[in-house]
Amino acid sequence: MSMHYQWVAFQTIVVKEIRRFVRIWPQTLLPPAITMTLYFVIFGNLIGSRIGDMGGFDYMQFIVPGLVMMSVIQNSYGNVVSSFYSTKFQRSIEEMLVSPMSSTTILLGYVAGGVARGICVGLIVTLLSLFFTELQVQHVLVTILVVVLTAVLFSIGGFINAMFANKFDDVAIIPTFVLTPLTYLGGVFYSIDLLPEFWRTVSLFNPVVYMVNTFRYGLLGVSDVDVLGSLAAIILFTGGLFAVALWMLNRGVGIRQ
Amino acid sequence: MSALVLRDVRKIYGNGVEALKGISLDVQAGEFFALLGPNGAGKSTSIGIISSLVNKTAGSVEIFGHDLDRDRVAAKRRVGVVPQEFNFNQFEKVFDILVTQAGFYGIPAIKARQRAEFYLRKLGLWEKRESQSRMLSGGMKRRLMIARALVHDPDLLILDEPTAGVDIELRRSMWDFLTELNQQGKTIILTTHYLEEAESLCRRIAIIDRGRIVENTDMKSLLEKLHIETFVLDLAAPLDVAPQIEGLVLRLRDQRTLEVEVPKTRALNDLFAALASQGISVLSMRNKSNRLEELFLRLVERNLDTGGAA
Repeated sequence: MSMHYQWVAFQTIVVKEIRRFVRIWPQTLLPPAITMTLYFVIFGNLIGSRIGDMGGFDYMQFIVPGLVMMSVIQNSYGNVVSSFYSTKFQRSIEEMLVSPMSSTTILLGYVAGGVARGICVGLIVTLLSLFFTELQVQHVLVTILVVVLTAVLFSIGGFINAMFANKFDDVAIIPTFVLTPLTYLGGVFYSIDLLPEFWRTVSLFNPVVYMVNTFRYGLLGVSDVDVLGSLAAIILFTGGLFAVALWMLNRGVGIRQ
Repeated sequence: MSALVLRDVRKIYGNGVEALKGISLDVQAGEFFALLGPNGAGKSTSIGIISSLVNKTAGSVEIFGHDLDRDRVAAKRRVGVVPQEFNFNQFEKVFDILVTQAGFYGIPAIKARQRAEFYLRKLGLWEKRESQSRMLSGGMKRRLMIARALVHDPDLLILDEPTAGVDIELRRSMWDFLTELNQQGKTIILTTHYLEEAESLCRRIAIIDRGRIVENTDMKSLLEKLHIETFVLDLAAPLDVAPQIEGLVLRLRDQRTLEVEVPKTRALNDLFAALASQGISVLSMRNKSNRLEELFLRLVERNLDTGGAA
């Protein structure tokens, strides 16, 4: 199959994925909009006004990048894990497995679908935040780069999760017991500089800290961590996970007998 | 040219079950081929391997000369598969399912939509194009799977029990459609439990049992192997005891129904003459079972007796 055909097949998956999350928008686009608006109202307005400054910014401005990033992480992961597991569950995955599409095309297609939803929700949350605070992007390139890379990374994570999943419970375990704690403890609501030395060191092992802070650097120009180092680590980790997912897909782990 | 060549294909599942014990098969281009076997014989595993849904343990598969391991893309483009169980997204629209499947084969959107329309019209599903697939009846879902398998215009069409659970009228129309496809040059491989279906459609046949091919020949030669046919006769008047006729086995099912085993070498006229001489009138006659069914059962039973060592 020539590159052109693979490109058509890739586009087909992306269109299918976007069509899916748009079709079920009350489950995919609306909930994060409502949840994040509540965060803005409660944490930003009501509690934030009593907290005062955080990292040199008012509390609302400080938490916006973290909440946007939290939405991107949860939605890119959630889109791929639920969509790909659903194709396994309904056996419609066989439509792809019998076709001449390469494993790389399948993986890239699903990742692109996850990135599309992650960014779409990220944009919705960003637009909603403008009702509560002013935002000025300090470093456009870093902002775009870190959002896209994070969405790619967690989309691949969702894909791997879906490949291992044998029942719907398996789809919820990682987001509930791994992603949520990592995100809440990832510097979304506070600067890790506020933590005692021990917990600050522990936080540095949390990859979400780097993503949130790099994004915060892109928007506000401040970060608790080294931005270039963070970007390099995210790229490295993304490449590693991509290789793992591709290997699993080629071997047919969880999808071929 | 061979449309499909299997060479010593083996499959051992993770649980240790050896589903295929080294099967070899050669299906010529343009053939209408039946793969028969009892449940658990290895039919679906064979189809799974040919369609890349199951990893084989050993052996090789060639599709129109393209090795499925070394030339995977070229091989897969030539095959369309209609699986036994429904395997499409239940929430997608009928039209989208076909367009998406065409896209997976690299067919651009405009052409994909044209082909989707063609096959949906051909299979009587055009009116349902905007319906979610889960809303279709069982027969419509089966036709949708056939349309989906054809949308990339494959040269080899494999159908795993395509008419299971389909009413007689629809089954007949599907037979006509498959015959038309075969006449247009498509190679068709069919597995079915309806042996009448295999007998009326297929020119060649392979019987698989317990992971081995126990017969692989043309339909005519196979049916010639059937030495005895059993007929059921409806009698004009009741009988208490089955009549005796030399060289034939007769038994009463009930007072008005007589079963007769007739060797192929014996003329049926002899039977009727003998019955008439004993004052027995026959109102109607039919085969006890489909001829192929009778042969199939004998072959499978024989394989059972030899412990599958055929």
